[in-house]
Amino acid sequence: MTIATGTIKAGEPVFYVVDEHDHPEGSSTQLGFWIYLMSDCLIFAILFAVYGVLGAKYAAGPAPKDLFDLSLVAVNTSFLLLSSLTYGFAMLSMQQNRVGAMQGWLVVTGLFGLAFLGIELTEFAHMIHEGATPQRSAFLSSFFTLVGTHGLHVTFGLIWLVTLMVQVKRFGLIEANRRRLVCLSMFWHFLDVIWIGVFTFVYLMGMLR
Amino acid sequence: MFDTANLTKLIFGRLTLESLPLHEPIIVGTFAMVALGGLALLGALTYFRLWGYLWKEWFTTVDHKRIGIMYMVLGIVMLLRGFADALMMRLQQAIAFNGSEGYLNSHHYDQVFTAHGVIMIFFVAMPLVTGLMNYVVPLQIGARDVSFPFLNNFSFWMTTAGAVLVMCSLFVGEFARTGWLAYPPLSNLSYSPDVGVDYYIWALQVAGVGTLLSGVNLICTIVKMRAPGMTMMKMPVFTWTSLCTNVLIVASFPVLTAVLALLSLDRYIGTNFFTNDFGGDPMMYVNLIWIWGHPEVYILILPAFGIFSEVTSTFSGKRLFGYTSMVYATVVITILSYLVWLHHFFTMGSGASVNSFFGITTMIISIPTGAKMFNWLFTMYRGRIRFELPMMWTVAFMLTFVIGGMTGVLLAVPPADFVLHNSLFLVAHFHNVIIGGVLFGLFAGIAYWFPKAFGFKLDPFWGKMSFWFWTVGFYFAFMPLYVLGLMGVTRRLRTFDDPSLQIWFVIAGIGAFLILLGIASFLIQIAVSVLRREQLVDTTGDPWDARTLEWATSSPPPAYNFAFTPVIHDNDAWWDMKRRGYARPLTGFKAIHMPSNTGTGVILAGLSTTMAFGLIWYMWWMAAGSFVALLAVAIGHTFNYHRSFHIPADEVVSVERARTELLVAGAKS
Repeated sequence: MTIATGTIKAGEPVFYVVDEHDHPEGSSTQLGFWIYLMSDCLIFAILFAVYGVLGAKYAAGPAPKDLFDLSLVAVNTSFLLLSSLTYGFAMLSMQQNRVGAMQGWLVVTGLFGLAFLGIELTEFAHMIHEGATPQRSAFLSSFFTLVGTHGLHVTFGLIWLVTLMVQVKRFGLIEANRRRLVCLSMFWHFLDVIWIGVFTFVYLMGMLR
Repeated sequence: MFDTANLTKLIFGRLTLESLPLHEPIIVGTFAMVALGGLALLGALTYFRLWGYLWKEWFTTVDHKRIGIMYMVLGIVMLLRGFADALMMRLQQAIAFNGSEGYLNSHHYDQVFTAHGVIMIFFVAMPLVTGLMNYVVPLQIGARDVSFPFLNNFSFWMTTAGAVLVMCSLFVGEFARTGWLAYPPLSNLSYSPDVGVDYYIWALQVAGVGTLLSGVNLICTIVKMRAPGMTMMKMPVFTWTSLCTNVLIVASFPVLTAVLALLSLDRYIGTNFFTNDFGGDPMMYVNLIWIWGHPEVYILILPAFGIFSEVTSTFSGKRLFGYTSMVYATVVITILSYLVWLHHFFTMGSGASVNSFFGITTMIISIPTGAKMFNWLFTMYRGRIRFELPMMWTVAFMLTFVIGGMTGVLLAVPPADFVLHNSLFLVAHFHNVIIGGVLFGLFAGIAYWFPKAFGFKLDPFWGKMSFWFWTVGFYFAFMPLYVLGLMGVTRRLRTFDDPSLQIWFVIAGIGAFLILLGIASFLIQIAVSVLRREQLVDTTGDPWDARTLEWATSSPPPAYNFAFTPVIHDNDAWWDMKRRGYARPLTGFKAIHMPSNTGTGVILAGLSTTMAFGLIWYMWWMAAGSFVALLAVAIGHTFNYHRSFHIPADEVVSVERARTELLVAGAKS
């Protein structure tokens, strides 16, 4: 091959970018996080499918009707839905650069999340106390795993929320922190969507069985 | 007031001195060899003071090229382990006739065939494929690194951590004795109470995190970081197949994660997902794991198809025939790979309608694959073919893979499958497509891109030795298995009653020995090439007169890949640049923004290993401690906001000047 020298003449094809700028950091983050969320969604899809197969295998043990307290679950569901709403308010405050308001809404979000987890754990404890343990039947195995995996996600979401609040407090609403808050908001709303599935397919349809 | 037994149990879980396989002379011998070799290696690294260099330049690197090379090294090292298992099985089966028990007891033999499958798929094929994608894709699309460089480093170390756990199982405890997919109820606690299945679960879970994240990473890289002008339909075919492969990874590995998590719940807390009691359903495991497992085989083969496409068009001196159909064929295969999983167990008895559906979808896959085959043939047609090593592998692939494809279509017929299910015919079929497809592709890719990565070509003589031993060895090793399968021999047998079968196993054993020579020749090839690097040097950066963008930069490429981001006008971007008189820029260099190295990936993977080890041996304190540390390090890492730096313009100038001098010197000689 020949070694070409010189500069580009007018009218010739351009083969490289001359005035280049640094790529903004994190330009792929939201796409990447979306893809991660979809992969996480697949895990839930599998757990739902497993529940679909095993959800009626009571093994002569307790059935949903014997175990679920719909009014409690309704309260719990509303806590989680409200926490999504308050996260939305936090994002609005972020857009307006109101750090204090945003942190406040994040605190409210976290408290709703904690309350949700508390009620869920109470429900679990109650069921286990009654002998409806994960080992009792395939139905209960898949129930505890599906609902528990969602609860585990909420727990990690809470740890993440606290971490981000500390980071915003220390470093302010810098670009990196805004990006992270957007990612967590996607995660949080995603967990809401999953919960709507759980509420419908596990609790409501379970009561109809 | 402590009871010593309880205290020991608290600290060591179920790990006792008896867990060390001291009664197995083969393992003790292996351990002695590995320990001596390892000590020699560690000693040499210390003596030559290489630790600092390795840590700073390699272990903590976020450069996709170095990570790619580390993946390749991991894959090749694990190939030796996986192949040692293969040789042991071939020898056992060749001699265990006429009342002979062979030399492997059933406890050991069952671990050997399980480990062989697991290692070859997860720790040989996957790292080699991921390594090539990591190395080549950013260069082919004109990017400076991947979208998430730290995540890339972390992914590599998680894959390595999985490999470390599998290797651990050889010397501490045992590996699973269940076959490579660990079907329950055999893999349940009641039938496999030992640590084998737990090693299996945690090795795959840890490595799976790495695989999934690297999938996300490469999708983002391909979607977001292509050079200006490179529309989707101007991407090189290898980048296309990589994109589809990574989509498959992201859309299938979560299934594996979920199903293994359910299996571990069954084993650790006694749930009833896959048990035979209390409503559990073992066949659900088989369904779920193949929903991951079938896409997995396409994860492996699609990049190989990409490699063959690049190689065929380069060495035929022609544009690839039917680029558009090649892309659509790849996408169709990607989608269809989710609609065929049940063909792995037609014998489950799901009925004629279900079996017909999956039989037909399986046969349909041969249409896009056949289209690809014709595209390669038409690319060669009237081309000026140069039979360099990568092209030889490609031709061997075309011949071999067609045979494997046809036996696959045969197995797709449910009534035929009822006869051949779990027979050696099946074993021959999937080795035929994995060796003849994936492995030949990887060898073609290694020979093709090696000069890009290291600046000198691989020695052709030893390459051809390796090629002929592998190809001939493959046919000797696996054609007898087709015959045996048709005669009704099932897989995973340790001893045989019918002496008339022995000759076929002996032939297969000879084949395995030929493959051993092939692997040895490959290693010699690398050593000889390093020694002869002066003669084999590539000064141009384009030793094959190739067509895609990675050949536009120097060999090896600078840390920043391209001093100026290229602008693309054509599918074969570099060919287009050469044809239309591209002038390499010599002035106007600027500082280049690059990600910084970090040791967090190594630390997180190390903690994952100890956590897995604790979980395997019921050392709960170790598992819990590692988990807490894992969280702390991960959170700590997010407090580091300074993850990039600029390569100063002066440095870019001096690197580019060195290249200019090299090009001038190369042109003179």
